Amino acid sequence: MPWRHNTSCRIISMALPDAEQLCRALAESIRPGLHPDTALVGIHTGGVWVAERLHATLGLKTPLGSIDVAFYRDDFNRSGLHPQLKKSDIPFDVEDRPIVIVDDVLYTGRTIRAAMNEIFDYGRPARIDLAVLVDRGGRELPVCPRWSAHELALPPAQNLQLERSGAGILTLRLIDA
Amino acid sequence: MRNPQLNSHGELQHLLTIEGLPREILTAILDTAAPFTEVAEREVKKLPLLRGKSVFNLFFENSTRTRTTFEIAAKRLSADVINLNISTSSTAKGETLLDTVDNLCAMQADMFVVRHASSGAPFLMARHLAAMGLDHIHVINAGDGRHAHPTQGLLDMYTIRHYKKDFTRLAVAIVGDLLHSRVARSQIQALATLGVPEIRVIGPKTLMPTDIDRMGVRVFHDMRAGLRDVDVVMMLRLQNERMQGALLPSPQEFFKYYGLTAEKLACARPDAIVMHPGPMNRGVEIDSAVADGPNAVILPQVTFGIAVRMAVMSMLAGS
Repeated sequence: MPWRHNTSCRIISMALPDAEQLCRALAESIRPGLHPDTALVGIHTGGVWVAERLHATLGLKTPLGSIDVAFYRDDFNRSGLHPQLKKSDIPFDVEDRPIVIVDDVLYTGRTIRAAMNEIFDYGRPARIDLAVLVDRGGRELPVCPRWSAHELALPPAQNLQLERSGAGILTLRLIDA
Repeated sequence: MRNPQLNSHGELQHLLTIEGLPREILTAILDTAAPFTEVAEREVKKLPLLRGKSVFNLFFENSTRTRTTFEIAAKRLSADVINLNISTSSTAKGETLLDTVDNLCAMQADMFVVRHASSGAPFLMARHLAAMGLDHIHVINAGDGRHAHPTQGLLDMYTIRHYKKDFTRLAVAIVGDLLHSRVARSQIQALATLGVPEIRVIGPKTLMPTDIDRMGVRVFHDMRAGLRDVDVVMMLRLQNERMQGALLPSPQEFFKYYGLTAEKLACARPDAIVMHPGPMNRGVEIDSAVADGPNAVILPQVTFGIAVRMAVMSMLAGS
């Protein structure tokens, strides 16, 4: 029933905050906590988009890192590898560096655990913080973001997704899980 | 009938041969291999995908490169790797292949990497596992007789794509002992499936299968004519150990007509890449000046081989 799907999306999207505005707010809340050596690491795919925004807004010197946590996921034995793997790219020395993991939506915390495992395979960072655009609750691991631009309690039946238009504009969208 | 390598969801369950695999699966393997190449640059060169899994290397024929790169690939995926030394094992005492497999299954094997002198041995193992209801155990063919060497074919495709990007505009020549070469068969099937429009095979009549043109290749016996304007030159090893009777006058004679020298390579395109599956017989099928020259990508092939084997193992384990 496509009409119903479209209708529900339209109604819900009106209630969602503007992703571009959230990116700017997130950058300003992170700014005071930055160290000259701080590096951002975005999680594919939505987290990388947010990290790109933050990196530009904050004018960071250290190049932006990105990771695909597929190799570290805890559900590999159940669901295998997803087909569109991205290369992880950490273009800086992780050793003794403060790192901020950036993701679009924080949910169970499992992705963040996988991301931390992956980062430690590159070296021992000085510290790791977490910055997310939206914290939707529903944690299954003891993970807590240092910065989140928006909080929103969602039932498990719904997924919150960040999307990027052809012109590069970020928007949040709710879809049925 | 379903391709015996695929499960009911169309996912790769075993890798036995390139033959019959759809282009989407070959492309998926190459795409999956790409992010694995980056693991070699990390301080900890390990991913947890095969943690707790046991991979048995069953090499009934000699191998250095293939066995080692499979072992490295499995270890980088955190698997436990058990190398069976066949010459001192029960096989030497008369145990059959399937009895060996049953015993290793009883030791909780999750994956077999098998090389065998008999064509079809890995297929026999896969069929046996299915008959025993052991669908969670995977078989990878690391070379069977004259039949197939699929991971070599795939790593060659990865290498070609890395340097040439688009398969659909290429002319590729495979040179040497095609008669005994399982590598050549896997290469031809992979090149054809990925859409290479011009596949040539070059070699003496005595080392060319009689019906090879049915695989959709152009046959050349004159190496210079065959190399004319090709983008990729894939050399094969002269397989002296498989030759029975006088197929060749002498290695020197072979080198004169089919050895890749700088002078013959000049017939190919200036940016042609030169590949060889190893081990090389320098001065027999390839001149040292070419093997160590600027067109050679023989060592990158070995490095890419690890990533491709990691991709295959992870896809099988995740199916």
